Amino acid sequence: MSTLLEMREITKEFPGVRALDRVSIAVRQGEIHAICGENGAGKSTLMKVLSGVYPAGSYEGEIVFEGEPVAFRDIRDSEARGIIIIHQELALVPQLSIAENIFLGNERAVRGVIDWRETNRRTEELLAKVGLNEPPTSKVDSIGVGKQQLVEIAKALSKDVKLLILDEPTAALQENDSRKLLDLMLELKAQGVTCIIISHKLGEVGYVADTVTVIRDGTTISTLDAADGLGEDRIVRDMVGRDMTHRFPEHARSPGEVLLEVENWSVWHPEHADRRVIKDACFTVRSGEVVGIAGLMGSGRTELAMSIFGRSYGRNITGEIRLRGQPVDVGTVPRAIDAGISYVTEDRKSLGLVLDETVRFNTTLANLESVSSGGVLNRNEETRVAEKYRDALAIRTPTVFQKAVNLSGGNQQKVVLAKWLNTRPDVLILDEPTRGIDVGAKYEIYTIINELAAEGKGVVMISSEMPELIGMCDRIYVMNEGALVGELTAAEASQERIMSLIVNE
Amino acid sequence: MTAVQSSERAEKAESGRSVRDYLSSHLREYGLLFALIAIMAFFQIVTDGTLLRAVNVTNLLLQNSYIVIMALGMLVVIVSGNIDLSVGSVMGFIGALAAVMIVNWDQSVFLTIIVCLVAGGLIGAAQGYWIAYWKIPSFIVTLAGMLVFRGLSLWLLEGQSVGPFPREFQVIANGFVADIFPTGVGEALAGVFDVRRLNVLALGFGILAAAALVWIGLRQRARNRSYGIVDEPRSFFVARNAIVAAAIIFITYKLSTFRGLPNVLLTMGALTIIYAFLTQNTVIGRRIYALGGNAKAAKLSGIKTERLTFLAFVNMGILAAAAGLVFAARLNTATPKAGFALELDVIAAVFIGGASMSGGVGTIVGAVVGAFLMGVLNNGMSIMGIGIDYQQMIKGLVLLAAVVFDVYNKQKQG
Ligand SMILES: Nc1ncnc2c1ncn2[C@@H]1O[C@H](COP(=O)(O)OP(=O)(O)OP(=O)(O)O)[C@@H](O)[C@H]1O
Ligand SMILES: [Mg+2]
Repeated sequence: MSTLLEMREITKEFPGVRALDRVSIAVRQGEIHAICGENGAGKSTLMKVLSGVYPAGSYEGEIVFEGEPVAFRDIRDSEARGIIIIHQELALVPQLSIAENIFLGNERAVRGVIDWRETNRRTEELLAKVGLNEPPTSKVDSIGVGKQQLVEIAKALSKDVKLLILDEPTAALQENDSRKLLDLMLELKAQGVTCIIISHKLGEVGYVADTVTVIRDGTTISTLDAADGLGEDRIVRDMVGRDMTHRFPEHARSPGEVLLEVENWSVWHPEHADRRVIKDACFTVRSGEVVGIAGLMGSGRTELAMSIFGRSYGRNITGEIRLRGQPVDVGTVPRAIDAGISYVTEDRKSLGLVLDETVRFNTTLANLESVSSGGVLNRNEETRVAEKYRDALAIRTPTVFQKAVNLSGGNQQKVVLAKWLNTRPDVLILDEPTRGIDVGAKYEIYTIINELAAEGKGVVMISSEMPELIGMCDRIYVMNEGALVGELTAAEASQERIMSLIVNE
Repeated sequence: MTAVQSSERAEKAESGRSVRDYLSSHLREYGLLFALIAIMAFFQIVTDGTLLRAVNVTNLLLQNSYIVIMALGMLVVIVSGNIDLSVGSVMGFIGALAAVMIVNWDQSVFLTIIVCLVAGGLIGAAQGYWIAYWKIPSFIVTLAGMLVFRGLSLWLLEGQSVGPFPREFQVIANGFVADIFPTGVGEALAGVFDVRRLNVLALGFGILAAAALVWIGLRQRARNRSYGIVDEPRSFFVARNAIVAAAIIFITYKLSTFRGLPNVLLTMGALTIIYAFLTQNTVIGRRIYALGGNAKAAKLSGIKTERLTFLAFVNMGILAAAAGLVFAARLNTATPKAGFALELDVIAAVFIGGASMSGGVGTIVGAVVGAFLMGVLNNGMSIMGIGIDYQQMIKGLVLLAAVVFDVYNKQKQG
């Protein structure tokens, strides 16, 4: 097979950080090439260099595409050559329809007037290609993330794509949606499209990839070939620089008295007053216990957590919450925090971080009392606290004065976690805490969860990754369509049992 | 790339790179200071030295005092992610209220001031209520407020100008702090500097203020050092402090050769320091930046976003009232047109000072410098005898240039 793309000795620096240090990578025509590496290793940066987000001249090194050197000034340049990137954070306009999004900036128009019939016809074709069964006129915000991801791919296919780049496409997807997407990639490959995929889910990498390039600290560590076998352990060893025998840290827990009790919790939809989103949910969390909530996307797990946390979601909320047997009022976020409940949001960009502010600013935001006296901030103390969490969570940043927006996706997630750990909660609710996080860092986060439990705190873990729930939790509740439909102990839990509880309902 | 390696590298490459990095990330602040100096130098030359005459320096401060006072409140409002278009009208209305209370109703100056400030707070509360708790865009609520309070001042004044004010009200804007030093000292110093008179208090105050500023700067720098923060290169630090200190001493020297320290300067200076501290060093200030930077994340972090927005408008109302009092006292009369279109100058000052329309960004010092930049432009062009038509166009272009510079800077970094 011939080489489609070669990036040679790419070096890219930001003020105070060398994100890429002479990285080289070669992609063959018609293959699926995976890029793996820890959070902040430089994967997204490398792809942004390739697609012209960082224009020629802002980096050193050479890019050769289809045998000739290229220097892209912006995304349009790279798209004109057939290189299409789908970014880590989706870039669809939520208020527009699927068809409008697909042809955004590339409208089917005659003399400036959009030809809707042609647009919708072409959209239907493209949607059929990616296996998405939705009318072209549906608004993007009315379909789930999994389908949005397919719309992004349809959009890429609407342009003449030779090299498709997917940056963590499955991070926010349920397992079956991920599988669909990966199968679609294999299908595209059969049609001759070359793909680059970045993923922290090594199982998926093994499933689709022909070649894997591992990057660590901004340099290429190894290039592995499917022919030689893409063992997860091998990839992990190259990623983190050492062998990792266990994915979950050892833990021996002995849950104590009941900490949090939620009883008959019902929540109605904030806009559609007749839709009950949470139906009489009851659950308990003991001190020193890690409790999981499993379920499909859209089953109401986030809504349950947010409605408990200061009624941040929904209306006409009924039910009772008790902490250590005493009824508590958690009607507003400040009260919930004071009562000792914290909630780590699932969506870090829009709900978790003030992106334009520093790591320090974000770390202390939910507990400014701890770094101030009489309403006046103590900056030194603030810096100390931020640095403590940076070290504890291994957040990769040159200093705690770096703006959050400049951190890699996984490291941003860690900053959100740091913010909530800093409120010293008794009950910590984690919503998809390891989304987009590399294997090594996941292990660190699991270790922190275990430490919290050992201190007698209660942890609620919402996750779409069942192995993670099974590996970490003492008990798992299964949620489906707004109701808790089952409860499994650590010993009983398996992927099959969780799935059968969901399906049986 | 790990943090450890990058700091090693930074140490090796040391000065060259760090100066460039530093400058590129702080271009905005230096640019603003530089622009102010350049504009002042320009007008100083083309007006044959009139700009920096003692009497004109005094005038400049008095003329811009109410803009600066309102810019403080506007900065807070804009950082919180809102805007207030009503401040010009509110200012005019409060001036009218003061005139009617004192001149027509014979109320005491003290009572009038209290009532006016409270009224300003209530006006802010009335607007803030809809914005904060009903989530009505501030642009619309305050546009309505702009019309309502313009109308109210017309109604209150019955279309007439009301004045003049008694002496004790005028001193708010036109009074000067009496020299506490014996006249002999002043006369002796005046001899040394070869001027007719010299207000020792004013000069001494300037020297003290400059010294305090340098001292605070040094302390801050030492502390940053101990935390290993990549901070300002020494040459920049020295140059910046030297320029600012020299400017303060120069201005107070000029003031001292005229009538001394204006009361308004003290008010303005104290308010600036208070608000700079409030925004940078307190919990409430921090929360306002979080609110403007990402309201949803702020709310989920336990910040009472509604109350904070409400308070930002109450604060704006009180400051607009204070500005109204200063303005009325300075003109010695209240007219129905007072404060007309002034909100635009205030908003422009804040944006020139580096604040962002989308909220979460901006500083008090920037807003104050922005206000003076506009003030010097106004004053210089008036001295030159440039028509109001050209003045408007030039001010508009300066605002545009400042914001374009911001955006360009941001793109280059990203
Ligand atoms: N605009 C920027 N300014 C400064 N530093 C940046 C910027 N963008 C990225 N970086 C830094 O470059 C490094 C590489 O970031 P990148 O986003 O490529 O990581 P990644 O491998 O995609 O990680 P993740 O798996 O977490 O998405 C990180 O240390 C990050 O902090
Ligand atoms: Mg990334």
